Amino acid sequence: MDKAEKKQLKKIACNVRKGVIEGTFNAKSGHPGGSLSIADILTYLYFKEMNIDPADPHKADRDRLVLSKGHAAPALYAVLAERGYFPVEDLKTLRKSDSYLQGHPNMNYVPGVDMSTGSLGQGISAAVGMALASKRDGDKFRVYTVLGDGEIEEGQVWEAAMFASAKHLDGLTVIVDNNNLQIDGTVEEVNSPYPIPEKFAAFGFNTVEICGHCFDEIEKAIEEAKATKDKPTAIIMKTVKGKGVSFMENKVNWHGSAPNKEQYDEAMAELDAAIAALDAE
Amino acid sequence: MADIIKTATRDAYGKALVELGEKNEKLVVFDADLAAATKTGMFKKAFPDRFIDCGIAEGNMMGVAAGMATAGYTVFASSFAMFAAGRAFEQIRNTIGYPHINVKIGATHAGISVGEDGASHQCCEDIALMRTIPGMTIINPADDIEARLAVFAAAEHDGPVYMRFGRLAVPRVFDDSYKFEIGKGVYLNKGTDVTIIATGLLVERAIQAAELLKNEGISASLINMATIKPIDRDIILDAAKTTGCIVTAEEHNIIGGLGSAVAEVVAEEYPVPVLRVGVEDTFGKSGPALELLEIFGLNAQNIVAKAKRAIELKK
Repeated sequence: MDKAEKKQLKKIACNVRKGVIEGTFNAKSGHPGGSLSIADILTYLYFKEMNIDPADPHKADRDRLVLSKGHAAPALYAVLAERGYFPVEDLKTLRKSDSYLQGHPNMNYVPGVDMSTGSLGQGISAAVGMALASKRDGDKFRVYTVLGDGEIEEGQVWEAAMFASAKHLDGLTVIVDNNNLQIDGTVEEVNSPYPIPEKFAAFGFNTVEICGHCFDEIEKAIEEAKATKDKPTAIIMKTVKGKGVSFMENKVNWHGSAPNKEQYDEAMAELDAAIAALDAE
Repeated sequence: MADIIKTATRDAYGKALVELGEKNEKLVVFDADLAAATKTGMFKKAFPDRFIDCGIAEGNMMGVAAGMATAGYTVFASSFAMFAAGRAFEQIRNTIGYPHINVKIGATHAGISVGEDGASHQCCEDIALMRTIPGMTIINPADDIEARLAVFAAAEHDGPVYMRFGRLAVPRVFDDSYKFEIGKGVYLNKGTDVTIIATGLLVERAIQAAELLKNEGISASLINMATIKPIDRDIILDAAKTTGCIVTAEEHNIIGGLGSAVAEVVAEEYPVPVLRVGVEDTFGKSGPALELLEIFGLNAQNIVAKAKRAIELKK
């Protein structure tokens, strides 16, 4: 990826983060921390990697993304809006009773959402089913699914992992957002899922460990996943919960609480400054 | 007298899947390591490349089925009722029901007629669980003829369907001229004193009960209610109005199943006595299926007794 392209992706990711703040601020609830930690991977996938068409959200051979950590819906909505699936302005309606932007993604309401999710551990299974369909149809499309590191405490994740590997679903890429925090504390304190790469490797996955905020590493990992045959790939991304908004970074209480007006202004100013700095480069 | 044909509805399910598989190349069948018992093994034999064994992981199976269905496949996912509706309830609710995805759940070994395996495998809660999921269609066929037609109808239906089949071979009730339609109850007999509304293997027992009542001078209507959801409100209200009392009969807990569905309609629109024959809020136990049906009162005698009591109550 050249410098200009990377800069462009970084700017888009800033706008996605602004969308997360916009949505959760207006909703007065939601999950900003874990949304901000996946802003970069979603930006890369939707703006650089995936074969998609915002004008035809249901096209049969499109690549799919299942947000298994469905509570990070603000990030998914922000990236879809930024990509042109629906107006960015609509992000302000997040979680309102007359909005199509539900607290957790609903595939029947939101153009570009490939699977309704929210109950942790279930999205990965649906992604596996999509990858199975793709393989049967001659590798028509690729499937990405993003999981939280707390989410992988759910047993169903490992049922799905076992199945994906047993059926050689090389069209599937599982992405674990390892920001190290879940609602009740650090993942080690609550119920440690570590070591994560070794677990996926034991389940028959190709595994890659990367920085989840570094576009070069994201690109390399996605390319490796595409080149890997006969087995699915798990990308374990080290991330910072709340990434991009200083006062939210690595703070567990930003898992599920919304910024107030003052915090909103501060967050938006920081993100605008980041965009200005990129422009000035 | 010709021999009565006895077939388990699970056998009809397996055969119907093979028939469907011949016509629809985008039809796939999932199982959770029970293909021999659920009879999806017939499909596996006929179309090995379209049979997918998910292993002993029912929750994952439901999610994989949903994902595959979104990519244009008609997916039938099978297990025992206990592990489909029970174990995987929340996966069905959130990943199939909420997005209203075209997954057809073939649940076999429903009810206490599972027999010797005992209470851990005798699911009498599945209808109750599935009824609470918005948009779910629930079909509980009475014999092999109806089971076959129900599988065909499910495949054509837009949305999730829960089909309930039994392990036990049951006498054939219908002939080849029988027409099945989702959401429609069917009068098998019209009477004046009481209506028996039965589903599944209790239909054949309700036919016996109606005969016994007739011998005692009591005229009973009889309705086969294969679709529990959406429930046929019109036929229930017609029964309430024409006979003034109702007895329901099902191989399911009396809480939450057919009896509840009928009572809800009657209580809201035309209150008359509704008495329920079913498993009376208890767990099953091991034993031969036919013996268990007697022990738990899922028989003609109990339907007759309840019918007489219902007639008394309306006076």
